[in-house]
Amino acid sequence: MTETTPDLAPSDLECRDLVKEFSEFRAVDGVSFDVPQGSFFSILGPSGCGKTTLLRMIAGFQSPTSGDLLIKGRSMIGVPPNKRPVSMVFQHLALFPTMNIGENVGFGLRQRGVARAEIKRRVGEVLERVGLPGVSERRVDQLSGGQKQRVAIARCMVLEPDVLLLDEPLGALDLKLREHMKVELKALQAAFNTTFVYITHDQSEALVMSDNIAVMNKGRFEQIGTPQEVYHAPRTAFVAGFVGDANRIPVQVVDATGGTLTLKTGGGAPLKLDAAAQGSADWRPGQRAEVFLRPEAVDLLPAGSEQAEAANMVPGVVDAVLFNGANSTVTVRASDGSLMTAALPQTGVLAALRKGDAVTTRWHPSQARCYPVAEG
Amino acid sequence: MKYPLLASLVATTALTAQMASADTLRLLTWGGYAPEEVIAKFEEETGHTVEVTTSNNEEMIAKLRATNGGGFDLAQPSQDRITSAQEEFGIYKPIDMSRVESDLFIPSMLSATAKNTTFDGEVYGLPHVWGTSGLVVNTAEAPEVTDYTDLCSDAVAGKVSYRLKRPTLIGFAYSMGLDPFAAYGDTEAYQGILDQVEEALTACKPNVKTYWDGGDEIKNLLRSGEVTAAMAWDTGGWQLNADNADITFVAPEAGALGWIDTFALPARGRADDAAYAWINFVMRPEIAAMITNTAGNFTAAVDGDGGVDAELKARYQASFDQAAIDNIKWYPPVPAGLEALEGETLDRINAAN
Amino acid sequence: MASDTSKLGFYLLLAPILLWLALLILLPHVGLFLVSISEKIGPREYETGFGNYSAFFTEPLYWRTFARTAIMSILATALTLLLGFPIAYYIAKITRGRTKTTLFLMCMIPFWVSELVRTFGWMILLRETGVFSQFLQWAGLVSGPVEMLYNDAAIMVGLVYTSILFMVVPLVTTLDSLDDSLIEAGYDLGGTTTAVMREIVIPHAMPGIVSGCIVVFMLSLGNYLTPILLGGKDSLWFTGMIYTQFITRFNWELGSAFGFLLLALSSLVVFLGLKLSGRSLSETMGRS
Repeated sequence: MTETTPDLAPSDLECRDLVKEFSEFRAVDGVSFDVPQGSFFSILGPSGCGKTTLLRMIAGFQSPTSGDLLIKGRSMIGVPPNKRPVSMVFQHLALFPTMNIGENVGFGLRQRGVARAEIKRRVGEVLERVGLPGVSERRVDQLSGGQKQRVAIARCMVLEPDVLLLDEPLGALDLKLREHMKVELKALQAAFNTTFVYITHDQSEALVMSDNIAVMNKGRFEQIGTPQEVYHAPRTAFVAGFVGDANRIPVQVVDATGGTLTLKTGGGAPLKLDAAAQGSADWRPGQRAEVFLRPEAVDLLPAGSEQAEAANMVPGVVDAVLFNGANSTVTVRASDGSLMTAALPQTGVLAALRKGDAVTTRWHPSQARCYPVAEG
Repeated sequence: MKYPLLASLVATTALTAQMASADTLRLLTWGGYAPEEVIAKFEEETGHTVEVTTSNNEEMIAKLRATNGGGFDLAQPSQDRITSAQEEFGIYKPIDMSRVESDLFIPSMLSATAKNTTFDGEVYGLPHVWGTSGLVVNTAEAPEVTDYTDLCSDAVAGKVSYRLKRPTLIGFAYSMGLDPFAAYGDTEAYQGILDQVEEALTACKPNVKTYWDGGDEIKNLLRSGEVTAAMAWDTGGWQLNADNADITFVAPEAGALGWIDTFALPARGRADDAAYAWINFVMRPEIAAMITNTAGNFTAAVDGDGGVDAELKARYQASFDQAAIDNIKWYPPVPAGLEALEGETLDRINAAN
Repeated sequence: MASDTSKLGFYLLLAPILLWLALLILLPHVGLFLVSISEKIGPREYETGFGNYSAFFTEPLYWRTFARTAIMSILATALTLLLGFPIAYYIAKITRGRTKTTLFLMCMIPFWVSELVRTFGWMILLRETGVFSQFLQWAGLVSGPVEMLYNDAAIMVGLVYTSILFMVVPLVTTLDSLDDSLIEAGYDLGGTTTAVMREIVIPHAMPGIVSGCIVVFMLSLGNYLTPILLGGKDSLWFTGMIYTQFITRFNWELGSAFGFLLLALSSLVVFLGLKLSGRSLSETMGRS
């Protein structure tokens, strides 16, 4: 799916040109997307980008200024939150502290007037499905963070909503638990086969769990795509900078003919990129642009190794080694003073790299992305 | 008796240099009995300092009882309330007549008060301010009200107010042709009188707008016209008369009830010198007139009415002709235990529907 | 050795509280109790007995006034809660920023003047020649003056007005601490406004409701001025009765007994209230 793929099956959730204006600014600005049944859809963006407003519009706590919002093909405009077939897992989970776990999970069913015995059965069932059998009688504060998370999801899933909304529910957890819950959430989503709409500012959460990611900035969607598309083929400079780490090199276009984009850095060093790999083809010589290069795309050639001539090779000196296990990086200072961050594999000869060592950086012209910088 | 508002404390301190014998006189009195100008003159002349606490009869006794007669150096209870309080609680000490300038006092009042405040052969009170309670009537609206029982006539239904206190019982008793003061010593006879009054007051209850409590309350009710006839103090009527010529104090046919507020020395008072100095000071004719002008009632001082405001005199004379003055029923000392009987009667009236 | 010193320190720190409790609360009550069990048999003659308490139960006026005071106080508390809850909810949950502060302050403004002045304010409004009566006549709704003062309804108005702040403040505090997302979650899970109020907001506000009710009940029960000034000929109030016994009847013995009965009554009602709401006192006072 993307917004361009024609799809005749009705989407679980569809937004058409959704706009939300507050007195001073436009929080959500013409957002359109649809989410097919059973998929995990993430909206990724920095705080203040409008993603929470968008989610609250879907849940029904705010009404859009214009545009339409459909769930299972039915417009939700004017439908109050308690009548929408969506449920929401709140940022701080919003478990009712005055009720025990069973009462929490059964709350929605009680509102629907389901018989008590039936509620008890279904609550037990859903708690079992989230891996917490027999906690019905416990108080909320007797559960661990991860258990509360699962109760919050169970409380929504027991109602069998068409769409489950999740508002950064992992934000309050510690790192270890967060990593664990990412996997668990994805597994739960697969098990329930319910459409999840997940908002987060943490790109790793979005990348790990999502079928599709929408990257949001200043009220607009910059790009919608699979995690791989968003990571490897960011459509805008914002996406390239926000999703994953990247070296950011300000450049000027020298030449754009013959399938190769030739650029030069501020220090005058030449760079070559595959023109075909770029989103834009409209390059003018002298135009200012920015190159984004993932650290893992940079090869490190220690002094003394075989160094065949190739494009984008810059000799330098190790400026700093940032050891972080498998995610270790090294910063290399070129002779013109510019810095380049590269992934540092903790295997082989490179593991012994120290500050001050001579090293050459090299990257393939197809690995970097270049975006024109707006003039002015 | 003045305005029994909840006790308010007025403390005045003199800045002048004090003499060696200077004391602080803690005075427990009624509103208006110790005007600031009088205090200022007294402090200037004697060097003593005066602290005033205003109160009413019941609270005076309660305060002195709570401290066994301490905390104050001079109190001013009504003469009829002294002996029973002394008998029950022993809160006063006798007056040393040699330290009082007795020629400042009207002799008949001095001797009457001495007689009424004698307990175990000792005199406990000196007369100061006297006045009456009777009827305050809007003569334009309710001219027919001339006696206590007239408050229960249909003509003034719903526009009547009185206190649910002992003066009301006594006033009604006189108006009904009974003589409660004569029955003071005879508990059974007195109970018989109370029973009759209880019946009358219970029957009268629908006529009453509200039982008033404070002097300001009854004045407001009369001034606004919500009440046209009430049982109240003479000064209240005269004050209202200054604003509205129709309203004034009427001495009831059965007789106004006369009271005399006294000087009495609390048993554990510490500044007797200052207390006697104050008594001899305020009984001077010109000072007594100043007090009459603020309190609205006349004093037991010889020639004390000389310097009194002409309008006040005129109002007094309009309310009291000689026959009315002769007909005033002066409260005799209340025997101990009588108030309990009255209290039960008042409770029953209050509870009756 | 070290533990001895720390124990000493503990008792030294405790001493002011114990002294305060003993001197200001315990001692006067012991004194009051001793007075209440002495019966007067003559001038300055007393003997010990429970005659004052039996007087209370044998004289219908006393216990009727007592029951009346309790029932009216409970009614006033319920009315205050009914009126105070929406106000508190509005302040805590609907308004934001400056409006919130302003509204909160407006609730407190009446308390900048004394209770006496406030009560007189109501007298000016309710009396026969007062503001309401004249307005009704001006509007042509009534033909003559109406008296709204001197009855039990006026007492109720006065009591609710006097104590509403003490209901609103604890309610605002507890409602403020209710996370908005809990209310939203209630709606999101299909709850109606009634259900959200009943199952989420009110259970959360319960400590505030209970402590507010306790304070308002105590204030109403112990109120003296409002029933005296606004009440009518039959509007007896138990505190007024205590005052009468102490001050105008010089009957400290019966007055003390009444005081003890009032203490017992308020403790009993608070206890029953806590039992009914299923809370403990420490929980209520600690959490609100």
